[in-house]
Amino acid sequence: MATVAELQVRAGRRAELGLLAVSWAIIVLARALVDYHADVLVLAELGWYALATGALMGGAHLLMRRYAANADPVLLPAVFALNGVGLAMIRRLDFAYAQYEGRDTSFGTTQIGWSIAGVALAMSVIFLLRDHRKLRRFTYTAGIVGLVLYLLPLVPGLGVEINGARIWISVLGRSLQPGEFAKIAMVVFFAGYLVTNRDTLTLAGPKFLGLRFPRPRDMGPLLVVWAAALLLMVYERDLGASLLFFGIFLGMLYVATQRISWVITGLALFAFGAVVAGIVFPHVRARYDGWLHALDADVYSSGTSYQLVGGMFGMASGGLFGTGLGEGRPDLVPYAESDFIIASLGEELGLTGLMAILALYLIIVQRAFRMSIGVRDGFGKLLAAGLGFALALQVFIVVGGVTRVIPLTGLTTPWLAYGGSSMLANWIVVGLLLRISDQARRSAQEVGP
Amino acid sequence: MNEPARRLSVIVLLLFLALMGSASWIQVLDAEELNQDPRNVRTLYREYGNFRGPIVVDGEAVVWSDPVDDPFNFQRTYADGPLYASATGFYSIVYGRSGLEQSENELLSGTADALFWTRLGNLFAGEQQQGASVETTLNGTLQRVAADQLGDRPGAVVALEPSTGEILAMVTSPTYDPAVLASHSTAEVNSAYEELVNQEDGPLVNRAIAGDTYPPGSTFKLVVSAAALESGYTPETELYAPEELELPGTSATIGNYLGEVCSPDDYMSLQDALRISCNTAFADLGMSLGWGVLERKATDFGWGEELDIPLPVTASRLPEDPNESQVAMSSIGQYNVRATPLQMAMVAAAIGNDGTLMRPYLVDTVRAPDLQVVSTTEPEVMRESMTRADSDDLTDMMVEVVNNGSGRGAQIAGVEVAGKTGTAETGRDTPPHAWFVSFAPADDPAIAIAVIIEESAGQSGSTGGTIAAPVAKAVMEEALRLDAEGDL
Repeated sequence: MATVAELQVRAGRRAELGLLAVSWAIIVLARALVDYHADVLVLAELGWYALATGALMGGAHLLMRRYAANADPVLLPAVFALNGVGLAMIRRLDFAYAQYEGRDTSFGTTQIGWSIAGVALAMSVIFLLRDHRKLRRFTYTAGIVGLVLYLLPLVPGLGVEINGARIWISVLGRSLQPGEFAKIAMVVFFAGYLVTNRDTLTLAGPKFLGLRFPRPRDMGPLLVVWAAALLLMVYERDLGASLLFFGIFLGMLYVATQRISWVITGLALFAFGAVVAGIVFPHVRARYDGWLHALDADVYSSGTSYQLVGGMFGMASGGLFGTGLGEGRPDLVPYAESDFIIASLGEELGLTGLMAILALYLIIVQRAFRMSIGVRDGFGKLLAAGLGFALALQVFIVVGGVTRVIPLTGLTTPWLAYGGSSMLANWIVVGLLLRISDQARRSAQEVGP
Repeated sequence: MNEPARRLSVIVLLLFLALMGSASWIQVLDAEELNQDPRNVRTLYREYGNFRGPIVVDGEAVVWSDPVDDPFNFQRTYADGPLYASATGFYSIVYGRSGLEQSENELLSGTADALFWTRLGNLFAGEQQQGASVETTLNGTLQRVAADQLGDRPGAVVALEPSTGEILAMVTSPTYDPAVLASHSTAEVNSAYEELVNQEDGPLVNRAIAGDTYPPGSTFKLVVSAAALESGYTPETELYAPEELELPGTSATIGNYLGEVCSPDDYMSLQDALRISCNTAFADLGMSLGWGVLERKATDFGWGEELDIPLPVTASRLPEDPNESQVAMSSIGQYNVRATPLQMAMVAAAIGNDGTLMRPYLVDTVRAPDLQVVSTTEPEVMRESMTRADSDDLTDMMVEVVNNGSGRGAQIAGVEVAGKTGTAETGRDTPPHAWFVSFAPADDPAIAIAVIIEESAGQSGSTGGTIAAPVAKAVMEEALRLDAEGDL
């Protein structure tokens, strides 16, 4: 055993405290700027906000010291910073909607509630789940739960269709996106299933055209979940989630089996599916048109690319350094507080701000992969890599859609976009990652000198 | 499982690089184009958020921005909007810009490169960006006299200073008030614009420089005379001037206005032919000179060239490859000869300025908000339209027109006025356009002017001499008075 003093330095809680202070300063400053530009800056009110966020962050930090002392010190400050910037932007949009459209919205206040709930959930995960390996016991439960969650919006009377996608359910007057939670359940299921069957998946099975295919009985459950989920996507018309789900599956399969042939086959299958969908479904074709010919006069005037081009105009007007918080017109883009919060941030914080945000995501994701390599159990490895990759892919799909790298699909931007389900689900991911990293780094210390 | 996890993290890195690359493309590399896209209303909103510079006439702002408490921050305000609309144009949140508001937009809004240091200063001083002020060459008094004289008759008046090319007056009628398009209510702007567009006489058209160009009629005989003088004719050279001239290759004939007889013996001097504006004489003259000579002379006066004054000016046109009879028609300013009122004022100005055509301009000085001069327009020779000797001869011929010919309506006591009437046919059933172009004093003109009254404002029997000449006279008189007081 190392000495207590050594252990604390290596654990990184002090580094976490320092980083938390930086992100706290960013959160409070962002809000101060928003209020100042909207001419509603009241120092006492800002003081309360500073105190409350400080207390929440400090509380989380203390809990970490007590229950996950060796967890990754970068994760929590990075996520807090993203969440705080999102809160400031959403509050700023409330002011813009009131000023320019006479719309009285309180997205900002609601989102604060969801953020607090999210942090509480992440902390409960750390408090309740002392060892991530326990989750492996729930592999099949998670698979079923994930499926049910994906299915829920299709239940008559419960599911609600909003903007052509049937991915919401209505509970007690609130709409929830169960798909956000299903994503986590699916990662748990894949991790548990793949760690058990990876040897048979890798080694057994018939060889065909130089590729070794798994035996049907190994492949069966995976195929069932995958096909079922994809089918649901078609019925729920949620292209983004479909892409995300399929990507997570491929990524984790690759990590588990190390077989690039799987990835190639999967990508080819997906490309085929994408082309067929473009031919068969008019709404998918419209998405492609809106992406490839976004600036064409007819495509734009038909409304297909109105939102995308609006976001691009916003980002272009922001330029390198942005208009400044409260100085642009992000409200001109539909759903500026949710789908297009990235464009809103690009407009007001500039390319500089957007790069910083992307860098934060990249840091979080790379830390997750770091944990995957550091943790010793296979289940933990797959879980960490799966959660990290899920996060990365979600950011890529939504930001790529807004910046025209890929067609625009509806997914939420983790911790930034307005919306309760996404906020809660992604804070749960933070809790899980912190728990795994605690294990990973503790084991590293035990092995160390 | 570590190795594939590591590889997967590299793939993630590549995905993020793609995002960063495309964000850079949108926000920096392609930003300029996206910002200039007319569908991008942010650019307009941002412009309105700036303190836009004024447009100045005679040292006083006629257009300026007033701070207001709405999302646009500033209200564009037009004093004497209808009077100066031909120059200022409008500035609308819905329909964009026109006139100087458009052509000088970068200076007015403060985004021009020339204002870089001003902007930098503002940035450091923490002040709001301000636009430059644009000072026009217009003379408010002349502009008002010209507008009053024209009244509500559709037409245009353009007055130039022959020695510099400064545009002293530019009036188009009917006009409109840019203020109604400057409202910040989209609904109000839309209905006002609809009303203007649906008005049949087209108040948004700047007839002085950019409307449908007009047939110049007999005023084009000045160009034909200049071509003749250059080809060795003198004012005394005898021309064939029959009562009716047969058009080669057709059964049609050219007659004179109201079938008048030019000369009892079918012959008259060039000078007399211009004085009474004899059609048959000039038609025959044009055919003898040949199209090539006429075309070159018209080009010397500016035909075929689009100008930037800095408002865009429609090029005046000539027929392409006309046959003999078409040359005859063109020589009296009919067929496919077309000219803007500005072009005809340029003809008068060049003749008055010893044959030298100065490039016309509307913007004199541009000043930064701190009153530093950003740019001044220097007078510039556009063409040597004719020799000094020829221009002296032509001037004398034009003086005769006013003293003893068709242009008597423009006589000013104690001053020699050089002028030329025009009555341009537009169709069998519509009254002709009434033209008058002139300059005064004839020996060293302070002003050159072109007046057109469309379809003689419906007054049948009117000619350039009876209705257009008095307008020109009033403006010239005012100009001479101002010149004597040293105010021009």
